[in-house]
Amino acid sequence: MYKRTIEIVVGLFIMLGIGALAVLAFQVSGLTTNAAADTYKIYAQFDDLGGLTKRGKVSMAGVTIGRVSNVELDKESYTALVEMELYRSVDNLTTDSTASIQTAGLLGEKYISISVGADEEYLKEGDTIFDTQSALNIEKLIGTFASGK
Amino acid sequence: MLDYFRSIGARAIHSVAVLGRSGVFLANSLIGVPTLRSGFPLLIKQLYSIGVLSLVIVIVSGLFIGMVLGLQGYNILVDYGSEQAIGQMVALTLVRELGPVVTALLFAGRAGSALTAEIGLMKATEQLTSMEMIGVDPLRRIIAPRLWAGFISMPLLAMIFSVVGIWGGMLVGVDWLGVYEGSFWANMQASVSFEEDVLNGIIKSLVFGFVCTWIAVFQGYDSVPTSEGISAATTKTVVYSSLAVLGLDFVLTAVMFTAL
Repeated sequence: MYKRTIEIVVGLFIMLGIGALAVLAFQVSGLTTNAAADTYKIYAQFDDLGGLTKRGKVSMAGVTIGRVSNVELDKESYTALVEMELYRSVDNLTTDSTASIQTAGLLGEKYISISVGADEEYLKEGDTIFDTQSALNIEKLIGTFASGK
Repeated sequence: MLDYFRSIGARAIHSVAVLGRSGVFLANSLIGVPTLRSGFPLLIKQLYSIGVLSLVIVIVSGLFIGMVLGLQGYNILVDYGSEQAIGQMVALTLVRELGPVVTALLFAGRAGSALTAEIGLMKATEQLTSMEMIGVDPLRRIIAPRLWAGFISMPLLAMIFSVVGIWGGMLVGVDWLGVYEGSFWANMQASVSFEEDVLNGIIKSLVFGFVCTWIAVFQGYDSVPTSEGISAATTKTVVYSSLAVLGLDFVLTAVMFTAL
C-alpha cells in the first residue's frame, strides 16, 4: 500500500513537470502549433530597418497578421530585404499595399505595419511590396532639425 | 623546501586520482543500468525521495523569487513608464537563469547532501561491502537509480520553479501593482522564444542535475567511512555542487545566449 502511494505521488510529480513545460511552451513563449503550415511569404525592401529583427511582428490596424522570418542585405540595391510570413487567412492584401516600420510605444520593439491600397489584385506567395517607409530615425531627425534644413 | 614541492605534487596527484576515480565510477554506474523490471521500482523510490520531497522548497522559493523580481522590476521600470515590460523581464530572468541555477543550488542543498550522507553511512556501516559479498553490484543497485532519478527530476523541478515564479511575478505585478494583465502576457509571449529561451533553460537544468547528482553520489561513495568523513563529504557535496553550477552556468550562458 505504501509503495502504491509513492508511485502515485511520483506519477503526479512527473505530470506536474510536464504541465510546467506545457505552460512554459504555450503560455509563456506563446508557441503555436500551426505556425509553420499556413503562412505565405512576402518580401519588402527598406532603406533603413532601424532595429527591426527576425521574429518581429507584422501587423495591420494593430492586429498581428504575421512575423518577420528573415532579414538580409540586398547586395545589388544596397537596401535591406525583409522576408515576412503572413497568415494564409489574410489573403486579400492589395499589390499596392504600403509597409512601414514602426515602434511599439516610445521605447518598444520595432514592427512592420501594413496598410492596403486600392488595387484590385492581391499579393501572392513570393511577391514584393514596393511602397515602403523606413524606420523613423530620431538621431537623423534631430540632425536635420539642428542644421536647420 | 623539497617537502613543499612534495606536498604540491602529492595534492596534484591526489586530485587527478579523485577525478579519474569519479569518471570511472560514473561510467560504471551508467553502464550498469539495471533491467527495466528490477530497476524501475528502485528508480520510482529515488524519484520520490529526490524529486517529490524537493517540491515544497522549490515551489516556495520559486514563488518568493518571482514575487521579488516582480517588485524590484516594477520599481525600476515604472520610472521609464514601461511597467508592462515586467512580464517579459520576470519570464526571461526565470526561464534563462534563475530557474535552472537556483533550483540546482536548492537541489544540491536539499537532495545532494541527503544522497551523500545516505551513501556515506551505507559505506561506513559496510552495507556496500556486504552487498558485494552477496553478489549484488552496489553501483547498479544503489548508485545508478539515484543518478537517473537526479537526472530526471532536476529539469522537472526547474520548470516547475520557473512557472511558479512567473505566477508569483504576475501576482505582484498584475494583482497588487496593477499592471494590465493583457500586456503582461503579450509582452512576455512576444519576447520569450521556445527554442532559444525555454529549451536552453531545460538544457541548463539537465546539465546541472547531472553534475549535482554525480558529485553527490561520488562524494558519498568516496567518503572516509567515519562520522567525520561523512560530514566532510556532505560539506564537500554542497560546496562543489554550488561552485560547479555557478561556473557551468557562466560557460553555458556564454555559449547559448551571446551568439544570438
